[in-house]
Amino acid sequence: MSQTVNESMLRARGLRKEYGREASLVRAVDGVDLDVPAGETLAVMGPSGCGKSTLLHLLGGLDRPSAGEIWLAGQRIDQMSERGMAALRRDAVGFVFQAFHLMDELTAVENVELPALLAGRSPRAARQRATELLDQVGLADRARHLPSQLSGGQRQRVAVARALANAPLIVLADEPTGNLDSEATLDVLQLFESLHEAGQTLVIVTHDARIAATADRLISMRDGAFVDDTRLTGGTGNKLSALIGLDG
Amino acid sequence: MSKLWLICRLAGRDIRRRPVQAALLLLAITAASATLTMGLALRGVTHHPYQRTRAITNGADVVAQLGGGPALTTLGGPKSTPPPNGTKQVTAQARALAGAPGVTEHSGPYLVAGAVLRVGKLASTAQIIGTSQVPATVNHPALTTGSWVRPGGVVLERTFADALGVGVGDRITLNGRPFRVAGIAVTAASTPYPNLCFWASAFCPASLPTHNVPDSGPGLGWVTQPDARLLAVADGGASAYVEYLKLSDPANAQVFATAFDRAHPAFERPIEHPEFGFLPSLTPWQQFATEAGLLVQDEQQVLTPGAWLLALLAMASVAVLAGGRMAEHTRRVGLLKAVGGTPGFVAGVLLAENVLLALASAAAGLAIGWLAAPLITSPGAGLVGAPGAPSLTVLTAGEVVAVALAVALASTALPAFRAARTSTVGALADAARAPRRRAVLIRASARLPVPLLFGLRLVARRPRRAILGAVSIAVTVTGVVAVLAFHAQADQHIGRYTELSNPVVSRDEQMLLVITIALLALSALNAICTAWATVLDARHASVLARALGASLRQVSAGLAAAQVLPALLGAIIGIPLGIGLFAAASHAGHVSVPGVGWLIVTVLGTLVAVAALTMIPARMGGRRPVAEVLRREA
Repeated sequence: MSQTVNESMLRARGLRKEYGREASLVRAVDGVDLDVPAGETLAVMGPSGCGKSTLLHLLGGLDRPSAGEIWLAGQRIDQMSERGMAALRRDAVGFVFQAFHLMDELTAVENVELPALLAGRSPRAARQRATELLDQVGLADRARHLPSQLSGGQRQRVAVARALANAPLIVLADEPTGNLDSEATLDVLQLFESLHEAGQTLVIVTHDARIAATADRLISMRDGAFVDDTRLTGGTGNKLSALIGLDG
Repeated sequence: MSKLWLICRLAGRDIRRRPVQAALLLLAITAASATLTMGLALRGVTHHPYQRTRAITNGADVVAQLGGGPALTTLGGPKSTPPPNGTKQVTAQARALAGAPGVTEHSGPYLVAGAVLRVGKLASTAQIIGTSQVPATVNHPALTTGSWVRPGGVVLERTFADALGVGVGDRITLNGRPFRVAGIAVTAASTPYPNLCFWASAFCPASLPTHNVPDSGPGLGWVTQPDARLLAVADGGASAYVEYLKLSDPANAQVFATAFDRAHPAFERPIEHPEFGFLPSLTPWQQFATEAGLLVQDEQQVLTPGAWLLALLAMASVAVLAGGRMAEHTRRVGLLKAVGGTPGFVAGVLLAENVLLALASAAAGLAIGWLAAPLITSPGAGLVGAPGAPSLTVLTAGEVVAVALAVALASTALPAFRAARTSTVGALADAARAPRRRAVLIRASARLPVPLLFGLRLVARRPRRAILGAVSIAVTVTGVVAVLAFHAQADQHIGRYTELSNPVVSRDEQMLLVITIALLALSALNAICTAWATVLDARHASVLARALGASLRQVSAGLAAAQVLPALLGAIIGIPLGIGLFAAASHAGHVSVPGVGWLIVTVLGTLVAVAALTMIPARMGGRRPVAEVLRREA
């Protein structure tokens, strides 16, 4: 099944996701074609209900498309078995959700090490990697705190660290700043920028134009289809604070 | 009054809104109530059949064993056994008893010969009474089929004949002499097979087996007096005699026997008297009446602990089902408080539902138990007549209702009062109950394979549910191990000695089978309910694990592991509890331990059953798309 398709990290062709039947048929994603080169930060923007979250779930193997093809690092993923999809989510994809989706009963470091444990890493290696990642996101001193003891921004940074636990090929973020105030938003965006600089491929879904402006490329979505695809110039240029209105 | 009516209406509406849960609760409490009712209804059920048997046989008020020669011990007993009294002494004893104050009629003395009865490959010891061919006036056994004794023709007591599987016309041998079964009869002047040893200890063998004859207790038969003498001669000549007495005041039979006992202190066992030879041993009819109830008493010994085990299981079921409902009630509590409901009113609404279900279950249990009781209250083949409808007294009904209410309220009262005390705003927000954190378990689970890691962490999230699961399995395994201990004891003490079917054991086996099926059914119900509750509660954790890379199979196996791990603990705890329960219920002086193989099969079988029962809801719960659940939980 494995086929090499140019140098795109992520590629989709004729992607469709439908719900319901006949009169009640809803096309959440309607014939989308997409190429995301390795190392690119792509922002997908659009109003609520336009299908951007559904698109993200399809790209990350959380849901199966009604039609179309998805390729990740040259491997077609839309026809994978359930077990193959699980392995894909475990090893190749990192998710960041708007609602954080942390386990309430686990500490920050336990949340971050969980994907590594699911991947069969040794507890020692998983803990070491989690500690490094928490240090990287600036939460080394909060490692033993429960999510309920962390602020929204801190929780999202834990979620980002968790997404990186198995060094994924791509990180998919669904409204990562949707529940955060401006200051926490800045923290998270700075984190994404550092990932971008480290060559991490990122797809960020958002309805906030200021967040979208930090990406390399912006795709606008409406009624399940792409309506615009714009290449932005040079990312944020270290002007994140100004972009989100915290500076000057 | 209007407030009470409102509480009942609200409770009724909620029951109708969740009919399946209500039905399961009803089922669980009804099973316990019905079993308890049957156990309580067995009180005194043999009284009527014994009286009827006594009336139609003109049963003796006192049975006297004379002569003292322990008939059966001569079969292989120690040679040092003192020789029996001579005929003259027996005649003197019989005459003295017949003329004693208060004695109005008598029959006998009759010779009792110890015999080895063989039919086909079966063999058993028996006490054979030599009697006249014309039925005696006092204590004439009532024929249920065939005819009375004749030369070469033996009449067998009905429970003994049933155990041997013989009927009228069949050929048997007694001490090697051929006999034909002339009739089958019942008597009120002895205890039916296999409890004849209760009659008078002196008649029973001190050691088993004798003459290589397997024995679980002697049976009873009647032959003509010449045949009995021949049997006694064939047995070495040692013999005992029995005399039947009627008193002017039958109710005073015990007093008569006791007075005799006082006059002759060594009443319990025949001992040699310097002038009178061996003293007679007297048994009043009340003792036979009591011993006739042994069959049913054994059933009660099975049913009563069985009912308590079922009540415990029902309590676990209620805790799981109603506990889950209490969690669903959070928003309702908020709404009731928002419209002015006091904490007492809110608690009343939450409890009324379970009280109504408990009362309905108690009524259903009483009805089922009362209707089913006649099926298990047959007095046995040793007596004639039916016990009639079992007594359903106010006390019995009160006990059953109290147990049903206790089962329903024990596990729901605390959550109800806790819910009533929560803040209105908090309840309206309907926040999910925060999971518990057990750091030790979380750390330990990190070293385990993914399904066990996930399962152990689910256990750590809801330890109380895990404890309930463990208790439920412990109760079931306790019951199953008690049954195994029963069979182990039966094999050790009965099966080794005889191939004859034992009516007491057979009845106990039937009771145990019913109780075991009920226990297993309730336990299966508990396992499914607990698994469902876990699946629902772990919805977010499950989809998150899948989003992070766990496969559906791993998550399903983890959900099953969350049930199997407590079940393993419960199964292990259930083994000593089961052995202890059997020892306590059977009043056995020693402990019967089932075979290790059986215990291993029980534990493994329990774990496989729990895993299989929980895999179904686990797989169904796991099928929901990850994206959909994450969206909903956001």
